[in-house]
Amino acid sequence: MSRPEDTLPPDLFYNDTEALKYTTSSRIQAIQSSMTHRCLELLSLPGPSLILDIGCGSGLSGEILDSYNHTWIGMDISPSMLGVALDRETTGDLLLADMGQGIPFRAGSFDAAVSVSAVQWLCNAETSDVTPQGRLSRFFEGLYASIKRGGKAVLQFYPKNDAQRQMITAAAVKAGFGAGMLEDDPGTKNAKLYLVLTVGSGGDLSGRDITDAVKGMEGVDIVDERRRGIEKKRGETAKEWVKRKKDRDRKKGKIVKSDSKYTARKRRIQF
Amino acid sequence: MKILTTNYLACAVKTCKSEPAAFPLHFKDAELAREELELNPEFIKNVLPRIDWPALAQTAAELGFTTLPSQKPENLDEQTMKDLHTLLMETQVMEGKLVCGNCGYEYNIKEGIANFLLPNHLV
Repeated sequence: MSRPEDTLPPDLFYNDTEALKYTTSSRIQAIQSSMTHRCLELLSLPGPSLILDIGCGSGLSGEILDSYNHTWIGMDISPSMLGVALDRETTGDLLLADMGQGIPFRAGSFDAAVSVSAVQWLCNAETSDVTPQGRLSRFFEGLYASIKRGGKAVLQFYPKNDAQRQMITAAAVKAGFGAGMLEDDPGTKNAKLYLVLTVGSGGDLSGRDITDAVKGMEGVDIVDERRRGIEKKRGETAKEWVKRKKDRDRKKGKIVKSDSKYTARKRRIQF
Repeated sequence: MKILTTNYLACAVKTCKSEPAAFPLHFKDAELAREELELNPEFIKNVLPRIDWPALAQTAAELGFTTLPSQKPENLDEQTMKDLHTLLMETQVMEGKLVCGNCGYEYNIKEGIANFLLPNHLV
């Protein structure tokens, strides 16, 4: 699969021809609509809500939001994409803005936020005076502030590799979100990753866990990685501790002496 | 751009964060249009608590709507609901500028789309 992020910045990549191609492709339309449905399923909003669509493009995802009676405000960096959205007479409000520069809304504006195939663009810095980390943290901090307490955000994105996936989730957690990841069709070429974010613990989510967002959904297994590793450390012997550290270094690719019966034994005085 | 959206928009310039004058943004040379939309009472009820009423009154006054009550309506009857719907959802700004009251930065609005792209040194 070719990655448009690697070729050009988004405002230049999605020019008039690319934007039209993207919007009229029935394959992309079908994928976008199924992913937006999934996002809404994860949000499980109680009624008509105000939703922020990050990287709304030509409003393909917005149409789905409309069909659920929600009102949405979309932001995108590509003027051509927004031009196509105007031609298609979408009902949502459009904003030409760069998500890496923050979210230009006051605190607690939205009930929820969705983003379909956009966040991976933040992992690329197009000029030398910005860094991906800086853009990611500005984006997530802005997003955290603009969603009301107890609200949720679901961001679908295509990370290039594990490092990108790690970078994006770490930035979200650092901004204060409660974060969980849902992967559809894992291990296949069509794997789709949804980052589910919760804001604060008040409101609808009081006393609930991030895993509750997917509870009751069909075919979803919960893998909780938050406590992994911590429990192991309790009550381990000195020998286990040494072995664990050696294992860790081995995984890092360091040169580690092989284990023997003398490993972690004390050096006693011989006579 | 809907009036509803302008009630949430704040200046994106870094130095304007946490400045009270940066919200709401003020309209300049605004051209208005009206687009008929279906009334969605549940949505209005949902967003009303989060609407900054003094800011809305200020924006409305700038655009020439003076019929807005000075206090946020407590209980919504059908007529207030309709009026709010007309103002928040149906009234749209097509051309003009949004100006920050703190730094004076002007955000252009063209065909109903506001340009919030900032030069890098302001972010």
